Amino acid sequence: MRGDAPGLLVLRAGSLTTVQDAGRRGMAHLGVPPSGALDPPAWRLANRLVGNTEGAAALETTVTGVALQALRACTLAVTGAVAPASVDGRPAAWGVPLRLGPGQVLDVGPATAGVRCYVAVSGGVAVEPVLGSRSTDLLSGLGPPPLRDGDSIPIGLSGGPVPAVDFAPYAPPPAALDLSLHPGPRMDWLSAGGLRTLAAGTWRVATASNRIGLRLDGPALERAGEGELASEGIVGGALQVPPDGLPLVFLADHPTTGGYPVVGVVDPAGVAACGQARPGTPVCFRLRRAGPLVGRPVSWEPGLCEAGER
Amino acid sequence: MRFLPVGRRALLVELNDQQAVLGLYAEILRRREAGWPAAPTDVVPGATTVLLDGLEDPAGAASDIRGWPPVPPPPPSEASVEIPATYDGPDLEEVARRWGMTKREAVATHVATPFQVAFCGFSPGFAYLAGLPRHLAVPRRESPRPSVPAGSVALAGGYAAVYPRSSPGGWQLIGRTSLAVWDPARDPAPLLSPGTRVRFVEAGT
Repeated sequence: MRGDAPGLLVLRAGSLTTVQDAGRRGMAHLGVPPSGALDPPAWRLANRLVGNTEGAAALETTVTGVALQALRACTLAVTGAVAPASVDGRPAAWGVPLRLGPGQVLDVGPATAGVRCYVAVSGGVAVEPVLGSRSTDLLSGLGPPPLRDGDSIPIGLSGGPVPAVDFAPYAPPPAALDLSLHPGPRMDWLSAGGLRTLAAGTWRVATASNRIGLRLDGPALERAGEGELASEGIVGGALQVPPDGLPLVFLADHPTTGGYPVVGVVDPAGVAACGQARPGTPVCFRLRRAGPLVGRPVSWEPGLCEAGER
Repeated sequence: MRFLPVGRRALLVELNDQQAVLGLYAEILRRREAGWPAAPTDVVPGATTVLLDGLEDPAGAASDIRGWPPVPPPPPSEASVEIPATYDGPDLEEVARRWGMTKREAVATHVATPFQVAFCGFSPGFAYLAGLPRHLAVPRRESPRPSVPAGSVALAGGYAAVYPRSSPGGWQLIGRTSLAVWDPARDPAPLLSPGTRVRFVEAGT
């Protein structure tokens, strides 16, 4: 990690800790994934708790947390996955500003609920941006590499005042995912049986899930027929059906184009929940109607939708 | 022109061919620049589609597009990117065989083809180059290579491409270039973006 103002020393990098901010927007036409924090509300909250603007870069941990030593006085906060935190070995609260003096160590332990913690630091993580963002993109390799033990993380000059809060109420990640799904461009690539399975089935988050996509184990979605789709643009939250029929929900590091049918799109709140879903978590979909598109209602079969949905 | 839903904030426009895609793509960018209120934050061309993402009102955007006068074909861009290539790829012989040509003839065919970036995807700076006649389309390799060198000049389906960085790859490799088609530290990072015209030249000639 380059930087002029060392702020944090990485004592324990954890299984996968990366720098994340709002990501890279407006470059999908060049093949650049959006990247960015997988759980944006948790990331923004962490920044607010340390007095940063919401868009500052922070650290995103994966399951096993991270241990950081402050090289100068700073304020940190941990949000996202529920995890035990300690400062110099003494239990510290999750979801509040933690003031560290030089030499003090924040240790974020293994998550007990959810997957990804956000560790924000006053002044923000100040690695060099690439294409306007400090986010690590694990698909394309853009941005800084994941943290390694011994890395020195530069931080910016302190931001604003740290809010005086005792505790920021924040709902822990749910035990099961119930994802709102809006119509996608290729929903007619599923057979009637496939659509019924999509509406009524239950899957479990697969261990192969990562920042690129949430993979699901469970019933295969039956296609309407054979055929190949030419490459077309993909949005975050897209539910893609590969040849094996097992749905995949694209997350922040998703490829910008693909040739397998996208039958629906998970809404942003659902995508953030996907970023916190541990392997084994049950997942089902609620099919939502879309509004009229060019004068023609675009929808699933009415019988598949939630009653009373607009 | 068909309009397909993509969740609550995006829209997919399906068109007849690659020229129609590039025409609509250019028109959306032009109108966005001119202050189109319903403009998307991202416009992503595909093989036969244009995706508009970051829309406040997809139905409104679709309605606007429907009301535009027929989009003229994109004007030929003034500049053309020239890619010097050394034609010594491991799959050149196989490609030549499929084309019913000698390797020399295959190279001459590639160099004589005026390419244009149809769209980008797969990885940053990976541009799908259209221009080869349909009968010269070649399939992807049966098994992809775990690692294709950066700068590899490749063919698959009806497209040509240059791998911007080392990655796994299933395309047929016919050569290599030392030209960096993508460099995130450079401004501009990409040499190839949708609509860019491209010619290959044999390096050293």
